[in-house]
Amino acid sequence: MTGITKTFPGVRALDDVSFRLFPGEVHALLGENGAGKSTLIKVLTGVYPADQGSIRFEGENLQLSGPHQAQQAGISTVYQEVNLCPNLSVAENVFIGREPRRFGRIQWRVIRRRCDELLQRFDLHLDPSSMLSSHSIAIQQMVAIARGIDISARVLVLDEPTSSLDADEVEQLFRVVRTLRDEGVAILFVSHFLDQVFALADRMTVLRNGRLVGEYQTSQVSTVEVVTKMIGRELEALTQIQDQPNRTAGALDSRPVVLAAEGLGRRGSVEPLSLAIREGEVLGLAGLLGSGRTETARLLFGVDVADSGTLRVDGQEGILRSPAAATRRRLAFCSENRKTEGLIPELTVRENIILALQAARGWTRPLSRRRQEELIAGYIKTLRITPSDPELVVGNLSGGNQQKVLLARWLITQPRLLILDEPTRGIDIGAKAEIQRLVVNLSDDGMAVLFISAELEEVLRLSHTVAVLRDRRLVSVLPNADLSQESILELIASGVSS
Amino acid sequence: MTRHRLFWPGLILILLLFSNLFFTPDFFSIQVRDGHLYGSLIDILRLGAPLILVGLGMTLVIATRGIDLSVGSVVAISGALACLWISRLPDMNQLSGVLVAIVLGVLLAVALGLWNGFLVAALGIQPIVATLILMVAGRGLAQLITSGQIITIRSSRYALIGAGYWLAVPFSILVALGVFALAGLVVRRSALGLLLEAVGGNPEASRLAGIHSRRLVWLVYGFSGLTAGIAGLMISSNVSSADGNNAGLWIELDAILAVVIGGTSLAGGRFSFTGTVVGALLIQTLTTTIFTIGIPPETTLLFKALVVTLVCLLQSPAFRAKVLYRRRRPGPAEPSPSQPTSQLEVAG
Repeated sequence: MTGITKTFPGVRALDDVSFRLFPGEVHALLGENGAGKSTLIKVLTGVYPADQGSIRFEGENLQLSGPHQAQQAGISTVYQEVNLCPNLSVAENVFIGREPRRFGRIQWRVIRRRCDELLQRFDLHLDPSSMLSSHSIAIQQMVAIARGIDISARVLVLDEPTSSLDADEVEQLFRVVRTLRDEGVAILFVSHFLDQVFALADRMTVLRNGRLVGEYQTSQVSTVEVVTKMIGRELEALTQIQDQPNRTAGALDSRPVVLAAEGLGRRGSVEPLSLAIREGEVLGLAGLLGSGRTETARLLFGVDVADSGTLRVDGQEGILRSPAAATRRRLAFCSENRKTEGLIPELTVRENIILALQAARGWTRPLSRRRQEELIAGYIKTLRITPSDPELVVGNLSGGNQQKVLLARWLITQPRLLILDEPTRGIDIGAKAEIQRLVVNLSDDGMAVLFISAELEEVLRLSHTVAVLRDRRLVSVLPNADLSQESILELIASGVSS
Repeated sequence: MTRHRLFWPGLILILLLFSNLFFTPDFFSIQVRDGHLYGSLIDILRLGAPLILVGLGMTLVIATRGIDLSVGSVVAISGALACLWISRLPDMNQLSGVLVAIVLGVLLAVALGLWNGFLVAALGIQPIVATLILMVAGRGLAQLITSGQIITIRSSRYALIGAGYWLAVPFSILVALGVFALAGLVVRRSALGLLLEAVGGNPEASRLAGIHSRRLVWLVYGFSGLTAGIAGLMISSNVSSADGNNAGLWIELDAILAVVIGGTSLAGGRFSFTGTVVGALLIQTLTTTIFTIGIPPETTLLFKALVVTLVCLLQSPAFRAKVLYRRRRPGPAEPSPSQPTSQLEVAG
């Protein structure tokens, strides 16, 4: 791809970017949110036409008019969110749209046989006629890759394939990717996890603000160098945040309790649990994927209604029956799924930010336009939301900025307790540091924060207290002072503190 | 400008209006006769008023990802109840009696709308199924009210709503205009519009943001009942009779069409009252044009379908990009000026 330029209203997403991909290599595409990675992929896979520049594929000029054509040319893409049909069988998903037919009749037996062979090749042992949704996301992702490869892909694009996988599943995926590479497939790998990039990629291309920074051999650069190239400034951001517990430990016990749950639980969701969060306290919630982290947050915020136990918010007793009731008690909840449970994509940044505040006021008491603008201008600035135009449609913003918009929506309600579910997932390192620093500042100002993250290192850095969940049960609540990643891992693994 | 969502429907509306000039040279003339405004344009507005009203209610329902198929039946029911009440009056022109009839008709319509809202918002039945119940059963209810007869009334006071004039202007136009202005004011001056668009845009995210989406959805079906009820009074008043079978027949389809032509997506979210009014006027103009240019009656529906298809195609950015701009945009060689805002749909 040479000299690719793509402009969206108000944003120059790609500016004269060139990119090379060779057969038999894994090539990582790196950059912060909004650097243009997704746009470049979408140009490559025919989703967007490029405004300028050209694509040469095996020596020939490629004019792509749509994703289908790219697929036929041999460029297959597997997206972060698996885009298969969960309600169909594995075999149907692999062959959908290109079923082998004879006399117009679909040959199911051939489909099953070929699907079986294909899955064997990927070392996947599943029943081709089982429903796709009955498998884990990792398996679904590999089925998607299998489908892509079977359509005779010579280029395979993997867009954030590992963001919802656990360590074992990532390893399984990497094995498949390496096999494919050795078979001569050119693989473009996009990920926020630098260690994964370094483990898998042969070469990497770094983008920043829609421009090409450079192309590097993995063996010749260090992680720190790459990060520096991505963010364009020295990497001090993350190290600036000192360990939270050391700064304010001890002073918390005298502060009033904001939220206290006593035996709060819901059948099929989380076992009854008890925890308390004080003003200015950051409570970290650790545990594996599926250990009940998100479910706990949903229970506290009234998204799911508890069927046992009691809840006190600022001394007021009563289980919350809806998110609306929770916002009335001045709780706030940034969901981990910002697309499905967070933002309204077609509304503007301004409308998305004022939504929770406006909902709490009710529709009969609108915020005047001027008041709205006053309120959000500060947040756009402090959170560094870019582009900073509040009238842009939020769906056009990059992931990290969407996350900031969601944060702004809740900060503007000045909550007593802020529940953050995976606020740093899928966003780049610069934005991540900004959000971490924000959490520290908020707790310094007296806000209670429930911080949920899969990254233990992050939980440990920010939290005063760490609550560990295991198999949908709260196994222990400990002050951070004498915790290490190892001791938490042990709790997660065994359920008992050593 | 061609990217504005009302450009194409607006253009077709104007073209349709002008095409009438070939057949009726005085199409645009508006005269004052006996202190009343007369003219083809006035007729289009007057006859289109019920559709505008029903369309306004439908707009909000569709904005919340719903649909209201029962509006035609509600039109018949409200007209039937009002006419029945008036026909039982000792003096059909008695002011208080007529007012009671109007209030009864509207209240029943609102109640039926709230019933739809109950099924959708409280019981969680899919809107198309929930309102289909009343669409079918409502015709029966209207039949019950009229005892299967066509109720004919002679009340000049009641006739004012659909056939009368006030300050030289047909009263029905004023009513439609009033409801349009009032609804627009309430929706855009309060936060109702924003919250409805949020609920339609992403229901789960809206709930998590603390919006009482159920209440809003309920309210919206009540409003749809209200506008259908007023339209029902208007239609029955215009012909001074109530026909449980045919009053408001298929008006739900025209109303949905008006909303869609007006640029409100059936997938919910952003909505436009002005768009719906343009859509409703387009449909009414089309009906009137078919009559004035003397298209054979057996082909009118086909003709209507063709024009509507054309409007819908022209509105689709994908279709325009494929057909209209093909020759003008040879390829990626063209420099890239920053694009106007409506391109957002493509990017998003």
